[in-house]
Amino acid sequence: MARNVSTQRKIVVTVVAWTIGILIFFPILWTFLTSFKTEAEAIASPPSLFFFDWTTENYHEVQSRSNYFLHFMNSVVVSFGSTLIGLIIAIPSAWAMAFSPTKRTKDVLMWMLSTKMMPSVGVLVPMYLLFRNTGLLDTRTGLVIVLTLINLPIIIWMLYTYFKEIPGEILEAARMDGASLTKEIIYVLTPMAIPGIASTLLLNIILAWNEAFWTLNLSAAKAAPLTAFIASYSSPEGLFYAKLSAASTMAIAPILILGWFSQKQLVRGLTFGAVK
Amino acid sequence: MNLRTFLLGTCSAVALAGLAQAETLTIATVNNGDMIRMQKLTDDFTSKNPDITLEWVTLEENVLRQRVTTDIATKGGQYDIMTIGTYEVPIWAKQGWLLPLDNLGADYDVDDLLPAIRSGLTIDDKLYAAPFYGESSMVMYRKDLFEKAGLTMPDAPTWDFIADAARKITDKGNEVYGICLRGKAGWGENMAFLTATANAFGARWFDENWKPQFDQPEWKNALDFYVKLMNDAGPPGASSNGFNENLSLFQTGKCGMWIDATVAASFVTNPKESTVADKVGFALAPDTGLGKRGNWLWAWNLAIPAGSQKVAAAEKFIAWATGKDYLKLVADKEGWANVPPGTRTSLYANPEYQKAAPFAKMTLDSINAADPKNPAVKPVPYVGVQFVAIPEFQGLGTAVGQQFSAALAGQMSVDDALASAQKLTEREMTKAGYIK
Repeated sequence: MARNVSTQRKIVVTVVAWTIGILIFFPILWTFLTSFKTEAEAIASPPSLFFFDWTTENYHEVQSRSNYFLHFMNSVVVSFGSTLIGLIIAIPSAWAMAFSPTKRTKDVLMWMLSTKMMPSVGVLVPMYLLFRNTGLLDTRTGLVIVLTLINLPIIIWMLYTYFKEIPGEILEAARMDGASLTKEIIYVLTPMAIPGIASTLLLNIILAWNEAFWTLNLSAAKAAPLTAFIASYSSPEGLFYAKLSAASTMAIAPILILGWFSQKQLVRGLTFGAVK
Repeated sequence: MNLRTFLLGTCSAVALAGLAQAETLTIATVNNGDMIRMQKLTDDFTSKNPDITLEWVTLEENVLRQRVTTDIATKGGQYDIMTIGTYEVPIWAKQGWLLPLDNLGADYDVDDLLPAIRSGLTIDDKLYAAPFYGESSMVMYRKDLFEKAGLTMPDAPTWDFIADAARKITDKGNEVYGICLRGKAGWGENMAFLTATANAFGARWFDENWKPQFDQPEWKNALDFYVKLMNDAGPPGASSNGFNENLSLFQTGKCGMWIDATVAASFVTNPKESTVADKVGFALAPDTGLGKRGNWLWAWNLAIPAGSQKVAAAEKFIAWATGKDYLKLVADKEGWANVPPGTRTSLYANPEYQKAAPFAKMTLDSINAADPKNPAVKPVPYVGVQFVAIPEFQGLGTAVGQQFSAALAGQMSVDDALASAQKLTEREMTKAGYIK
């Protein structure tokens, strides 16, 4: 039976939710608006929110200065590639840990997570040397490998928690019907965990898209993704906030659109198992 | 045709195709206006050198520094030409990481380079990097506010005059602050300004035996003066202001004076960006009568990493980008005011440039007044005006900068900040082996 919620409570909750939503979204909105201002208007004090001479000059300038499409394609290949390879490795690993745990499973999980606790810059030089010696510097393959490795702990952890929610008896029933291990994972486990896998996939694409340490340090001209594109517009000496905002808007737009269309799966996956 | 002849023929064809293929130079560069302009003008170079193609990696200063340092230290070989600052050149050259530029061509005219800039890039009489643009620091001030307060800015002011004027101009009710100076912690932020200013107060980072000097009265005078002045006549929250924050304050009419990089002159006088464009005057960085002005010296330079396989092509490009003809090319396409400043004596003798750039004389005088080999009043064991050209300085400068920024924010006293700077510098220099 649905609970009776008073109108007053509904209003309060709505107002609070909208306020938090707007606060979180505000920096993105501000970046978007600034990208249509002139450089002088971008630093004007007090700033104008909507009432200024809208101009697309910054977008023209950014387009003429950089090869947006190259950076965009690099971002797509690196983020989708690393997430897909990560999933292929993580699904069987998470299956093993969720359904055939040993005494040390929790320790293994903690150990994997602990690799995320080390500051990346600590291993920059050894990584750089490895990449140099294997000829992976400034290649998409190299970036896909490094992003797969750094996001793997998160993918395994997320999938592990989703798989834990699936009753082991269903898998047992499949086994009794004669399903092999591969068939059990592909035809029984995966379809049931689709919402969890979808949200893991989306979240990791976003993480890989935004990763700015390794992608900047291990790429130069050919494999540089959109993070390098943004880094070419921020400047400690000179106020180019409008151009920087235009570059940022162009860099986040694809992932924002992807998130918008897949928000249903994203929310469903993130709350998966919470309402049982 | 037998198989052997066929294979031989194929191999030769592939080898010939490889030879005929254009050589690609990958150039890492910083994203300031002059460099961006150079990228747009490279058609001139590629049309003269059809066998060379250029690939650009343009990055923000701090990212660029981290990126090229990793590459050169590990001999990564990602770049054929690197854009580096005057801080890196002597350190990297001594490490053997850079190639001397011996073949820039007969018409390059090395002697035309400004002596102050050239001396910072020369080690053992060899030029290791060619300057693309150079800068110093100077006073930018609001002529209208000075007139209103009945003040006249001398061409070469003293710090006492600057402090008096700043306090007179300050009108906190109307958000007008007498002086805007850097306060944000960082070796290239507040420490660039404070190290250069300390030179004018007779202070130095180290004595001849590399002993830190923050416990000496000169540093106390300099830091005390700065903190008091900023508290009386500076904008609120100055401890988080760097170049960009001060530029924004000055352009929106909130600063009476601003002492910073000469490159700022073209921003503050640009009516498209600045509300005070027609009211700005310039003067040399101030002194205290001890013989040194508090102005720094910086240049962005092009250099070739050791181990490069494309030295001849790289030298051709560097000679083009830093040569006299490039200045003419920019002038023809974009006007004399947009020519990269601060590298060549002949530019400042050019009447057309003098007419187009009202800040030209002040820039030249400021650059000439800096001496990277003798930056302080007392003798020092290091090279560099607003930095100390040793690898440890980036870390040290930022750590000391944090203490001084805290003193400006009122989180600690000037004495405590200096004591802490002395302690941490002594510890690091002992660890690094400078102090036995």
